[in-house]
Parts: sequence; structure tokens; C-alpha cells
Amino acid sequence: MSLLSYLINGISLGSVYAIIALGYTMVYGIARMLNFAHGDVIMVGGYVALTVVLSYSTNPLVAVLVAIVVCTVLGIVIERVAYRPLRGAASPLAVLITAIGVSYLLQNVVLLIFGPNPKSFQSVVPFPDLKFAGGTLNISAETIVTIASCIVIMIVLTTFINKTKAGQAMLAVSEDKGAAQLMGINVNGTIALTFAIGSGLAAIAGVLLCSSYPSLSPYTGSMPGIKAFVAAVFGGIGSIPGAMIGGIVLGVIEIMSKAYISSQLADAIVFAVLIVVLLVKPTGLLGKKIQEKV
Amino acid sequence: MAMLEIKDLEVYYGVIQAIKGISFEVNEGEIISLIGANGAGKTTILHTVTGLLSPKKGSIIFEGKDITKTPAHKIVSLGMAHVPEGRRVFAEMSVYQNLKMGAYTRSDKGEIEQMLEKVYKRFPRLEERKNQLAGTLSGGEQQMLAMGRALMSNPRIILMDEPSMGLSPILVNEIFDIIQSVSEAGTTVLLVEQNAKKALAIADRAYVLETGRIVMSGDAKDLMNDDSIKKAYLGE
Repeated sequence: MSLLSYLINGISLGSVYAIIALGYTMVYGIARMLNFAHGDVIMVGGYVALTVVLSYSTNPLVAVLVAIVVCTVLGIVIERVAYRPLRGAASPLAVLITAIGVSYLLQNVVLLIFGPNPKSFQSVVPFPDLKFAGGTLNISAETIVTIASCIVIMIVLTTFINKTKAGQAMLAVSEDKGAAQLMGINVNGTIALTFAIGSGLAAIAGVLLCSSYPSLSPYTGSMPGIKAFVAAVFGGIGSIPGAMIGGIVLGVIEIMSKAYISSQLADAIVFAVLIVVLLVKPTGLLGKKIQEKV
Repeated sequence: MAMLEIKDLEVYYGVIQAIKGISFEVNEGEIISLIGANGAGKTTILHTVTGLLSPKKGSIIFEGKDITKTPAHKIVSLGMAHVPEGRRVFAEMSVYQNLKMGAYTRSDKGEIEQMLEKVYKRFPRLEERKNQLAGTLSGGEQQMLAMGRALMSNPRIILMDEPSMGLSPILVNEIFDIIQSVSEAGTTVLLVEQNAKKALAIADRAYVLETGRIVMSGDAKDLMNDDSIKKAYLGE
């Protein structure tokens, strides 16, 4: 039974990585940039939800919605202020370095407002744990909600991209910005929409992550952010199903390593797997051959 | 008044001047060919007209409206479509999705269906392959898709960049027949071609470009019989 429960926990953690990885991979696919501040948007989402729960409303749904709205706006502002002016810059490194700068900026602003001590997060899932097989298999409600959210997000996102005009425009921009413009697609607007969606998803990931691992500090977002980036590369950066698969595989590897090998080594194993995958298949599991641009 | 009027256009790539003061005009209903060798600046001119590049000097007037500074994504809704060099279809999208993208600025569903029917009628092969990914089409089919996609916006003028590039002689003839029939259906055509013979054969007027300048212009029939053109571009 413990194997099954580790597997379920792994899928749950992996679902969080997958939701974060979607933001990385969509932004990369469309703007061809790595948004290293993405992990910190998760952390901001956590703090916003916590603040709402503690000071205004105890309804967890309200907290999640406010976190989504704040992070969506934050994503649009970051893109507009920090990244858009650098689009078309001589070196793609300019925007990469800026993203790292934005990451530190977010961490330090939160540090200034909330202080360095970790806050204990109240789970937004108001259900008791589920017991199966006569009490030998115990699954937390957070785990179930996380996995369910991941599935719902995947379905909604795929439908959005394949069935709506804005979604099709995103596909077109990710393939050829010039040709997309000739179709009448506003490329800047489409990139902003991508950041908005990615950041909104980051807020959901933040709340889910903090509900399962209820400690929140200004640095909470960095490690999951990096791991989700690994998941995105692992699955093939730019590919949405790739991000999903990469995230879940990564979560399972991490939990299994913790359970059966060593908790200290778990992160090292995760990154080692990435190196092996990239050696064997440099474009990731579902990656397409695309020109590399950092 | 000309439908499209380009005045004293100068375009730079960094410090390199690609277009060195070019003026020409396209009247409604005409087929105009810009011919010239590789690097003469033909593609640069089309990219500047549709806003993918911005000129340093000069102006572009379309139907009396100055579009010199109009961003690329606002051009198509003015009635101007651009079939870019190398087709540039969306390879990961189906033929049908590509065509729908061509009508991106249109919102009337009935009208889009009508355009789609027209395009399928003109290019029956696209209808046969509507669910196929565009990247899996042959070169000739991709060119048809690129043209069909441009026609989906129901343009009054269509800019075509090297439509015959890389195609077999039979397909080249087919593509030029299509250009002619698009013109006969009432769309003005501005054509950029390296295949000078074909381009002059279907054009009303033509401009000859050399390293960013217009060196000759006039009636297409006259240019075809000009000795220097014959020598330099027609291989006679």
C-alpha cells in the first residue's frame, strides 16, 4: 500500500510542477524567452491567498480567485514593463538577465512587506482526508484536489487553444510571428495574454503547493519554479502535453527517490534525470526541433 | 489616383541601405511585377509596404490613406493581403485552421464560410486535404495554401512574393494561371518574381530593380522586347 500512496503523492506533487511548467512552456513557445521570475509569481499567489484568508474572508474560494486575479495582472505588468521593451534586443541574453532581476525583485518586495520568517499557510481545501482499504491507504484531500485541478486545467487549456480564435492566434504566433501579423494578429497582445494565463495558473499552483506543504516564505517559489522549468525542458519546452507529462514524471521521481533512496539526494536525482534525458533526446520527450535562442 | 502609391522609399537594415529611394504605383485592377535579381530589394519593399519593416524615409499611400506607420497587424483589415516569400504557412496547424487564420480579422461567420467555399473552389486540392497538417503538404500545395489563406481576408490588393520559387515547371504554370484568375476576379496584384519571363507575361506594367533602385519601368510587353532586359533577365 505504501507504494501506491507514494505514487499518488508523486502524481500530486507532479501536478503542481505541471501547472507551473505550463506557464514556462507557453511563454517560451510564444515569446521564445525563459521567464525565470515565473516561480516567484507562485510565491506571490501564496501570499495573496494567505492575506485574504487571514484578513478579509475565510472563504477559500474567494482567496484563490483573488490570488488568480492579482497574479494575472502581475504577469501582464511584468511582461509590459520588463520584457516587452527588450523584445528585438540584439542579444536574447538581455531579457534572460532581466527575468532573473524580476525574480529577485519579487522576492525582495515580499521580504520587505511580510518579513523573512516563514508563515504557516492554511489549506484552502476544506475537506477531510480520504481513507481507503480499511484505513491502510490514506490520501489527503489536498492531493485529490491538486490532481483534479491539474486534469481540469489541461482540458480547459487544450480546448481553449484548439477551439477559440485567441488560442489559434497563440499557435500561429508561436510558429511564425511575421506571418501571424500578416493575418492581422496583434503579436504583443497575444504575448500579453500568454503571460496572463501562465501567471493565473501560477497562482493556482501556489495555492495548491502551499496547501500541501504549508510553509510560505519569500523563497518558496524558487525551487518549485526551477523544478517546473526542468519538467518543461524534460517534456520538450514549447509543448503543452510535454509540460504535463514532464511535471508528473518529475513529481513521481522526486517522491519515489525520497521514499526509497534518500531524501537528501532526491533533488540531485531529479536533475540527474534531466541531464540523462537531454543527452539522449536534446529536445525533450515531446519537443520539436526548434532553433535555439536561449 | 493610384490605389497604392510608394514615394521615395528608403529602407535600412542597420547601417546598410537596402532600398535607395524608390517610387512606384499600382492602379486598381492591374497586375504589377517587380523583377530583379537576388538582393535587389524586392522582398524588402513588400515587407515595408505591409509594415513588417519600417522605412527611414518616404511614404506609402493605400487608397488615399497614409499607411507608412501602420503596424503590420492592422494592414490586412484595410484590404491588403501579403503572401510572403517561402509561403510561411503554419506547419503545425491543419489546412483548414490555416485558412481560418487568413480570416482572423473577419467576424461574420457566414461571410467566412462563403470565402472558404470560394477558396476551396479555386483550390480543390486544399479541400481534399483540409484536415492535413500544412507542414505535410508539397511545395506547390503550400503555395496554394498561402494564396488561399491570403484570399480568405477578401483583399482588394494582394502582394505576392516569389510564388513560383522552388516549384516544378508545371506547377509554375499552374500558379501563374491562378494569379491571372485572381486578377480577373477583381483583385489587384503586386507580384515580386525572379522568374522575369513569366512575371512579365502576365503583368500590365513592371518595374526592374537593381540593388535597391528602380532602373527601368514601363509596359510589360515593351520590357519583354527590350534588348537589355532580354539579356539580363530573360536569358536570350
